[in-house]
Amino acid sequence: MLTKRIIACLDVKDGRVVKGVQFVDLIDAGDPATQAARHAREGADEIVLLDITATHEGRQTLLDTVRRTAQQLFVPFCVGGGIRTAHDAALVFEAGADKISVNSAALKTPTLIDEIGRSFGAQAVVVAIDARRNPDAKDPVREAEVYVQGGRKPTGRGVVAWAREAEQRGAGEILLTSMDSDGTRAGFDCELTAAVSEAVGIPVIASGGAGTVDHFVDVFGRGKADAALAASIFHFGISSARSLKEELARAGVSVRLPC
Amino acid sequence: MRVTVIDYKAGNLTSVLKTLRHLGAETVVTDSDLALIENAERIVLPGVGNFAATARLDATGITGAIRAAIHKGTPFLGICVGMQWLFSGSSEAPEQPGLGAFSEACTHFAESTEKVPHVGWNSLEIRDGSKLLAGVEKGEHVYFTHSFRAPVTSNTAAETFYIEPFTAAVERGNVMGTQFHPEKSGATGLKILTNFLQWEPTC
Repeated sequence: MLTKRIIACLDVKDGRVVKGVQFVDLIDAGDPATQAARHAREGADEIVLLDITATHEGRQTLLDTVRRTAQQLFVPFCVGGGIRTAHDAALVFEAGADKISVNSAALKTPTLIDEIGRSFGAQAVVVAIDARRNPDAKDPVREAEVYVQGGRKPTGRGVVAWAREAEQRGAGEILLTSMDSDGTRAGFDCELTAAVSEAVGIPVIASGGAGTVDHFVDVFGRGKADAALAASIFHFGISSARSLKEELARAGVSVRLPC
Repeated sequence: MRVTVIDYKAGNLTSVLKTLRHLGAETVVTDSDLALIENAERIVLPGVGNFAATARLDATGITGAIRAAIHKGTPFLGICVGMQWLFSGSSEAPEQPGLGAFSEACTHFAESTEKVPHVGWNSLEIRDGSKLLAGVEKGEHVYFTHSFRAPVTSNTAAETFYIEPFTAAVERGNVMGTQFHPEKSGATGLKILTNFLQWEPTC
């Protein structure tokens, strides 16, 4: 049986893991390569590294980080942040990523999705979407507004429409972050996740808001997520992916165990 | 131990190379040097992306070289599209023949309400006698990402269920293939690749 994936997410700035609360207040949480290897050892099904360094110098640091991180990883490894061109993507793949995620650049130049997909396969292209519920819309959830530039800039696009376009262009997966929930540890936005998951035929990874095991049970059930991202829940030794998955299994969620 | 890894310009080989090296193998990559295939100790054909990309194997003469190497007993492992290529073809690119080591053809997953591609960790139902999967316990999980699949046949070494049962691993003597990615399948995947690297013919 296909299992629900628990994906450990490392937000990386200038070569260090950080974790923000609603996209600000960054806290240092260690070396990416060490953290990634630890998560894999502790049962994470996949590792996502999101680079939030904006500077040019940071890009070279990122490739070194990706190379070092990939060296110790034998589970799927996705890298996102600052990938603006197919060439940027190629460098990240060469450094050892199995998948790349694109966000702002894909909204600016949607054909980037087609282009990377053609060269590296749809399985290698994850489209990351940051969305915030839109109280002014007729359907605040399905028309949740897509933001770019780390959640700083609204695009006027509705989340479901954009997810569908990404799929049609050849995205292999959608990584959906609820900006309302991110960093709160108050639970995933299950309505938002379900709206997107039901609208597309590709897997949806839910992100933003993980705080307890029940939140994961909820997003895999009500939220119809295929995978869920967790960052701060692991970083400070609160829980490992393995213990999270053991509890999920007890709650009837199909997960990869033993791991 | 030297492994010849075939590059047919369809996606990236980094993960496969890194994992083989981690397991102590020396790797050589070729996209055209037939001597490296003829003299190979072992051959790995990775693959992601579209079946149509395997046309390059015919154009470069690699298909013939692999057929000859397999015939003389060189251990061969196809991964993902590399496994599908061992069959007669795929409905993904009907005009492009596979190697035909196995006579069946690969097809798209049947219509259903489930998502396609099949992405993630799924379990293996292993048949007795597989050397490639020796030591892997029933129910261990491996990582898949694909939309086309090979049917279950008499050469199936392990099957997996998603929408329908399909071939997760195929094996006949020195010819082996996995639909899943052993290089991305944690400790289970490393065990399978180690089995391949240590594969010897049965006397």
